Amino acid sequence: MSADIPYKDALSIAALIREREISALEATEAFLARIEEVEPRVHAYINLAAERARDSAAGIDRMLQKGQALLQHRYAGVPIAIKDVLSTKGFTTTCGSRILENFVPVYDATAVERVSEAGTVMLGKANMDEFAMGSSTENSYFGPTSNPWDLERVPGGSSGGSAAAVAAGEAPWALGSDTGGSIRQPAALCGIVGMKPTYGLVSRYGLVAFASSLDQVGPMTLNVPDCAALLGVIAGHDPRDSTSIQQPPMDYLGSLSSEVRGMKAGVVRELSSEGIEPGVLDSFKRAVEVLEGLGVSCEEVSLPSFSYGLSAYYLIAPAEASSNLARFDGVRYGFRTDAEVDDIWEMYDRTRAEGFGPEVKRRIMLGTYALSAGYYDAYYAQAQKIRTLIVRDYGRAWESYDVLVSPTSPSVAFRLGEKTADPLSMYLSDICTIPVNLAGIPALSLPCGLSEGLPVGFQVMGPPLAEQKLLDIAYALEQALGFDALPPVASAGEVA
Amino acid sequence: MAVSIEDVEHVAKLARLHLTGEEKETIRRQLSDVLEHARVISEVDTSGVPPTSHALPLVNVYREDEARPSLDPDEVVSNAAWAVEHSFKVPRIL
Amino acid sequence: MGFETVIGLEIHAELATESKMFCGCSTDFGGEPNSRTCPVCLGHPGVLPVANREAVASTILLGLALRCAVTPRSVFHRKNYFYPDMPKNFQISQYDVPLTSGGTLSMDMEGYTREVGITRVHLEEDTGKSIHIGESGRIHGADFSLEDFNRAGIPLAEIVTEPDMRSPEEARVFMQLLRATLEYLGISDCKMEEGSLRCDANISVSVDGRPGTKVEIKNMNSFRSLFRALSFEEERQRTELGLGHEVVQETRHWDDAAGVTHPLRSKEEAFDYRYFPEPDLVPIEPDLEWVEELRGRLPELPRARRNRFEAEYGLPGEISAMLTGEKALADYFEEAVASGQDPVALAKWIAGDLVALLNEAVVPIQACPVHPRGLGELVALVAQRIISGKMAKDVLREAFETGKGPERIVREKGLAQIEDEGELEAVVDRVIEENPDAASDMREGKEQALKFLMGRVMKATRGKANPELATSLIRKKLSP
Ligand SMILES: [Mg+2]
Ligand SMILES: [Zn+2]
Repeated sequence: MSADIPYKDALSIAALIREREISALEATEAFLARIEEVEPRVHAYINLAAERARDSAAGIDRMLQKGQALLQHRYAGVPIAIKDVLSTKGFTTTCGSRILENFVPVYDATAVERVSEAGTVMLGKANMDEFAMGSSTENSYFGPTSNPWDLERVPGGSSGGSAAAVAAGEAPWALGSDTGGSIRQPAALCGIVGMKPTYGLVSRYGLVAFASSLDQVGPMTLNVPDCAALLGVIAGHDPRDSTSIQQPPMDYLGSLSSEVRGMKAGVVRELSSEGIEPGVLDSFKRAVEVLEGLGVSCEEVSLPSFSYGLSAYYLIAPAEASSNLARFDGVRYGFRTDAEVDDIWEMYDRTRAEGFGPEVKRRIMLGTYALSAGYYDAYYAQAQKIRTLIVRDYGRAWESYDVLVSPTSPSVAFRLGEKTADPLSMYLSDICTIPVNLAGIPALSLPCGLSEGLPVGFQVMGPPLAEQKLLDIAYALEQALGFDALPPVASAGEVA
Repeated sequence: MAVSIEDVEHVAKLARLHLTGEEKETIRRQLSDVLEHARVISEVDTSGVPPTSHALPLVNVYREDEARPSLDPDEVVSNAAWAVEHSFKVPRIL
Repeated sequence: MGFETVIGLEIHAELATESKMFCGCSTDFGGEPNSRTCPVCLGHPGVLPVANREAVASTILLGLALRCAVTPRSVFHRKNYFYPDMPKNFQISQYDVPLTSGGTLSMDMEGYTREVGITRVHLEEDTGKSIHIGESGRIHGADFSLEDFNRAGIPLAEIVTEPDMRSPEEARVFMQLLRATLEYLGISDCKMEEGSLRCDANISVSVDGRPGTKVEIKNMNSFRSLFRALSFEEERQRTELGLGHEVVQETRHWDDAAGVTHPLRSKEEAFDYRYFPEPDLVPIEPDLEWVEELRGRLPELPRARRNRFEAEYGLPGEISAMLTGEKALADYFEEAVASGQDPVALAKWIAGDLVALLNEAVVPIQACPVHPRGLGELVALVAQRIISGKMAKDVLREAFETGKGPERIVREKGLAQIEDEGELEAVVDRVIEENPDAASDMREGKEQALKFLMGRVMKATRGKANPELATSLIRKKLSP
């Protein structure tokens, strides 16, 4: 029985536990066993929380036995992987960085609090690019994660650990974070569903900031209903986040409907032509046809400012990051250099040089440069104006379309090491996902097929707070596409 | 946009990062590449376009002025590399 | 050469809110190191700030009191620099759009009025405190420092003036008036010695109308040191210029013990604050209703009160300025006036003996053991000639020391003057009889004998004789 549990979706596991078919502890043990089996090859986690998970699963079982499960424990006993960028009280939170290698937070992120209140059991902290900076999870101080579809390839990033964990059956669902595509792109590359909610829908409290005006926490799941369910758990106003939207709670799962006939979708020309791999484009176009078959009218639309999205992003995000990461200085927490230092300035310089990896240093340098005197107007301020143009382009599009669609990533999963030497080529992986973050709108990626045996992601974007519409379209498309391929790592025998 | 080694050194000082000679050169080249790519945006006419620093038009978000319990001082320094009782210890400043 | 001194001030006032600017930690002064900190004010990874509404209200209130305009839409910025007392290595402050700007503060100097422009009043967060450990106990030569973040995140109003002051004295008066204003508004504790009110100054000396070079002075922790530091610096710059030297644009540190300023060495700090809008906080758009409600909360301010005291109670300017310079003192005065006694007499007692007693005992007026009503009694006792002015001083001291009312003291000690002519006449007769030489001198018109005889009368009555009555009795009996 328990060997079948991995690869069951989260809602099914929740039902099995609720019906007392299996215990919460059995569910947790099943995933821990699966982790033990594939983790040496996949490396989806930075730190496993096996004992803690067993304890909390056992606690939930006791509660269920006494009939004490409360309404809010909707997903009692369902295991979950948490990207290591979310603060977990009493459990190491590294952000994939040496500088936080031994950092144990004193508080829980709001999203962590909410999944815990829903009764889920944290299996461990998922691997990621250091401070969420990267598109391949190769920038983790703790070593890269492999793509379950091809262990020689990257899972995407920065939430590559979360995506790989779900794709490899090491967790039924996971939390990720998305600043420029960090949920959607790895979801695409690993063949799962990932959603970046509207900026402000999910509290950022406890999400270690990369670029504060772009960051959002979101669900990474096996299918669309799970995505709707997990979003329903984490969404909602939080007084600890000033940018949190005042919104009544939504039942995305309960409202989920595949009735999408009559909707209008715009296919973004700038994100679905130049620079997109032919295999990805084929798969995407077939999915657009399927969508039309569902009664959604699809036509091409041009959003010219999108061509500038990547450049604007790679000025704004590093600028904010350079400031956000200034707090890592060896004084109050985190790694501090062992070198003999003459004064505090040298301590700062050495600690940060030894504590941060090359990509993080590069972005801190880039962001500091973009903000520094003499360059602010040409770079940072201009990028913020480009951002306005992108917001306006989207605004115009919503006058004619319910949603916009594009491939999620210009390519399928690339080989480990293929792009590490050339940061710019790595940055180009985010070309389709970035405009969404700049405008703060919601977007979702779901698998739409395979190209050369590797998953292709289909991105659906909508106006602010149109999560339900995105989920509905994705749900309809998911059912129509019937994508049910599993990665080779799913059956242990096939992996060398 | 060519970035000079002096630029890199100045920025490294602002960002408090010790860089080796080799790192400086690598970063100088990579920054130049990224900024070269970013040049396209400087050609966009944005006159009269206001900057967007927040994705959403929220304003006036406050908390009420109520004092709440602080952390236990043991917890405050629990992650510190160097602390004396409940103070953080740092090397000399000047 | 025609020298003119030009001074502008930058003042930081901690706002007396219950909780810090962006978190719920208490703002109480002192306490064990780091006992008033939380993940937010320690800058832990992942935390977010949420603005304290009361701090915004207080800053707007101050702006209104300084006749500033309230900005329709202002934002917070991050000011980026590394320093160990800054948990995040950036300070949340305001930059190009402060909460309020463009005001004035008028101050009455001796013989003229000075209008000082207020460039801006904005809101920001305070830093923590470094304690330097080493032989000197100062930052120079310290072996290491200890960081305490109890103060980090306390809301600070920053007030920046135009360079409108022309002397160290004007700067001091400005600071005192500003402090009084903050106190009247009830938004700050204003304790320079505890650092809840801090002041930096820019000073330059122009020569024959040519603008001079600005020097920034830091570390002035009292009104006295502000005055001394600026006087020193004014003199130093004049000397430099007189010698034909250039004044170097720099930041100088006031050494209060040595009475000199010296250049602040900043070996490592690079200055480029890279301000950018704080993405974690949303803009402030104070609605008109709120601003009007705050305007309605403005109390009578120090200068208006001073003018009213002069007009309504006829107080001399100097005493009026002194009383209104501290809200509690002015309040005390007005409570005493309610006793119905002569306001000028009351004001003189407060400004003179009472303030001296308070200073001597280091007691604030709020804790004054003499109730304003008691001061009224004292003035009444003198006015009704029950005690002499000289005795009243002793009665006041006794009232201050024991907390008893003046009437009670006079009653218990039997200090009331002998006003009864018959009773006093008997004493005068006895004194004349016992001092025949002096009496005959007096009869011969030798005035110095009067003083002697009065002394004897006072001795005999233990000082209680009404002096005027006694004098006239002696004169009547011993007229030449
Ligand atoms: Mg300031
Ligand atoms: Zn706090």
